[in-house]
Amino acid sequence: MSDQALNTVGKSELRRDGLSHVTGKTQYVDDIQFPDMLYLKMVRSPLHHARILGIDFSEAEKVPGFVRAFTYKDVPKNLYTILCLIGVGPDEEPVLAEKEVLYKGEQIAAVVAQSEEAAIEAAARVKVDLEELPAVFDVEEALKPGAPILKPWGTNYFVYEGHHCRRVRYGNIEQGFAQADYIVEGCYEPKPIEHAPLETTGCIAKPEANGRITVYTNTQALYFSMDNTALILNVPFNKLHFVGGTVGGGFGGKVDVIVEPIAALAAMHTGHPVKYLYTREEEFHVSSTRVAYRIYFKDGVSKDGHIVARQVTSYADSGAYNRHTPYAVTKHAANISGPYDIPNVHIDAHCVYTNRVPTSAMRGFGVTSASFATELQIDKIARKLGMDPFEIRLINAYRNGDMRPYQKVVGDATLVEVIQAAAGMAHHPLSERFQAMNSWDRANSPARPEPVSAEKRS
Amino acid sequence: MAKLKGTGISSVNYPTGMNLGGDPTQALIHMTTTGTFVISLASCDLGQGLKTVLAQIGAETLGVPFENVLIDTGDTDTGPHCMGTFASRTTHRAGNAIIMAAQEARKTMLEIAADELEARPEDMETDGQGFVRVKGSPDRKIHLVNLALAGHFKYGKTVAGRGIFFKPNLGIDPETGKMDPDSTEAHACVMAEVEVDTETGEVKVLKLQSVYEIGRQVNPKLVEGQIKGGSVMGLGHALYESTEPYYPSPEHRPGGFFEYILPLAPDVPEMEIRVLEYPSADGPYGVKGFGEMTANAPIPAIVNAINNALGTEISTHPVTPEIVLQALDAKQSKS
Repeated sequence: MSDQALNTVGKSELRRDGLSHVTGKTQYVDDIQFPDMLYLKMVRSPLHHARILGIDFSEAEKVPGFVRAFTYKDVPKNLYTILCLIGVGPDEEPVLAEKEVLYKGEQIAAVVAQSEEAAIEAAARVKVDLEELPAVFDVEEALKPGAPILKPWGTNYFVYEGHHCRRVRYGNIEQGFAQADYIVEGCYEPKPIEHAPLETTGCIAKPEANGRITVYTNTQALYFSMDNTALILNVPFNKLHFVGGTVGGGFGGKVDVIVEPIAALAAMHTGHPVKYLYTREEEFHVSSTRVAYRIYFKDGVSKDGHIVARQVTSYADSGAYNRHTPYAVTKHAANISGPYDIPNVHIDAHCVYTNRVPTSAMRGFGVTSASFATELQIDKIARKLGMDPFEIRLINAYRNGDMRPYQKVVGDATLVEVIQAAAGMAHHPLSERFQAMNSWDRANSPARPEPVSAEKRS
Repeated sequence: MAKLKGTGISSVNYPTGMNLGGDPTQALIHMTTTGTFVISLASCDLGQGLKTVLAQIGAETLGVPFENVLIDTGDTDTGPHCMGTFASRTTHRAGNAIIMAAQEARKTMLEIAADELEARPEDMETDGQGFVRVKGSPDRKIHLVNLALAGHFKYGKTVAGRGIFFKPNLGIDPETGKMDPDSTEAHACVMAEVEVDTETGEVKVLKLQSVYEIGRQVNPKLVEGQIKGGSVMGLGHALYESTEPYYPSPEHRPGGFFEYILPLAPDVPEMEIRVLEYPSADGPYGVKGFGEMTANAPIPAIVNAINNALGTEISTHPVTPEIVLQALDAKQSKS
């Protein structure tokens, strides 16, 4: 398709909701009010790991405006795992804690009251009797014998089809190391990060006269959240109606389905709209974070700068529960070889449970950590060999027709082009050999697509 | 004590979508008697401009002005299924579904125009300005409003279309990791220039130069916004942000914006951006997903620049002043 033929694609049309956002007129969840609305506040674990011996609501019930409290016994299907919708299991996270809490801030009981103040007061007066248990916070400590075991299946790692990690095996790693002139090792440790959206996670669940529940939510995935909520509440999918679509910042932080099930449950039981919106402190302390990793690299490198073998052992800190992290680890494993053509690859990527706030999806999902590690590692190799950082990347850059370690043929590579353009932007000289390269220069490459020319744009 | 400058680069790929569990998204289109096309979806706009770019894709395939296309999304009673807005997938997935739906609606639209203009449907074309006309005879044309009214009141025809993007669950080989986890790949090379104060450990990012290749741009201004916003988010990840600053210790968790440091306006460096466009084979009009990666690429570029400035081997982020000073101490005790 020629660019002249395009009418609106390629034009900087004015963003339709931009004016409404910047003038404060966009309606977010917190802007929705109903006259008979109740407020939900959560009783949370003050300990990282503990056994629940008892819960006493008697003082909370005395707070004026208190309506009722909920425990796990009220939740029809209390144990769930978000990714059950795509076949990931087993169920392992409770909506409300049952006999044990695995992280500080874990939801133990919900309190619903007629005002936000009353809900806060009542939740504060709930007495939870806990027996503290030993906790583990380090991903490698968690895998050692003697570590407190957090999961009913007896290990502190997610099981990938019978394996203790997500594996990628390509070529012959031992032969690769044998061919190498240098071995370059590294360990990379990106820390957990908060999404920090301006709009905190939340929803309002409203019972309708026809028996359905409307949930006004800022989820990033309406059907995903609705389907999980229906499974947890054990109601037909069409009893629920999710409304949203305009989110005040997501970054992966609003796909965990934490607030909707319990708010909808409370709405069903009380017959009132129920609002459960995280405070800023909850957003920081109990919402999922970006996954922290510890990533060990061992690369075999030839004198001319080619990475000929890569062995990676990676530990993802899932925190106390799965959420989306087992899936992120698969994406991490696929991308930890970087955008480079490496003939021998051996990846073991572990999804490890610890006694911290669950980690989950965040912008870059498993690839942020991979890019961080691969890009620091390739600079380390360049320093060791005394090579230019642009040139070592071009030497190793994957090209169209190459095979990725996960056995998919590269089809849309343009790494060479962005590196060349960046060198040009930085006035960084490249030798003729590197200027002549392109992403379609392999013998088995598909045809090069016609690039869109900026001059054709109005 | 000195202020040392350094430069660093990163070159990265980013996959569009994640298909291991199947990754479908639907779109429905219908034309109202106002001559407006309504695209019904359940996809969420997170502030990135999804509602705008999807209207552009729909308008392009339909051959009608951008203003004649409305996006109706965010309601599971009226919008067909979308997996969700994540994995840099939604412009690609919903965009493809919209093209499929728009092609079906366009076919009926041209048939009605052909009846009204007494010509054959295959001789019809849209002018992108709100008219359908006979090829080669630009004066023989019908406005969308008249066409919509004729379709409804005269011919009893609905102008509508159904679309879906579907890639099945292809599974993964647990022994070798063989899989097909993406649709297309976008790429970036980012260069950072930093200045590090060796007395305080503070890092200032002076400049970020970015080259992105993202297939075809639907809306260049929104692309620029995504790159600038992602660059600043990546800068925050590189230098300031962690929920557990002494990880793996869970202590000292920040609980708000006074304790959790985000980049602010004075921290925003000089930015230079270039976008290359090699249309992808499977994206709508050649689109590649790139929303997430704009925060990925700056992090290693900035940390490489810090190591370049100091001669250190910092291998974590955020690189707080404490980390910088520890790395300088470690370097000194080694030498």
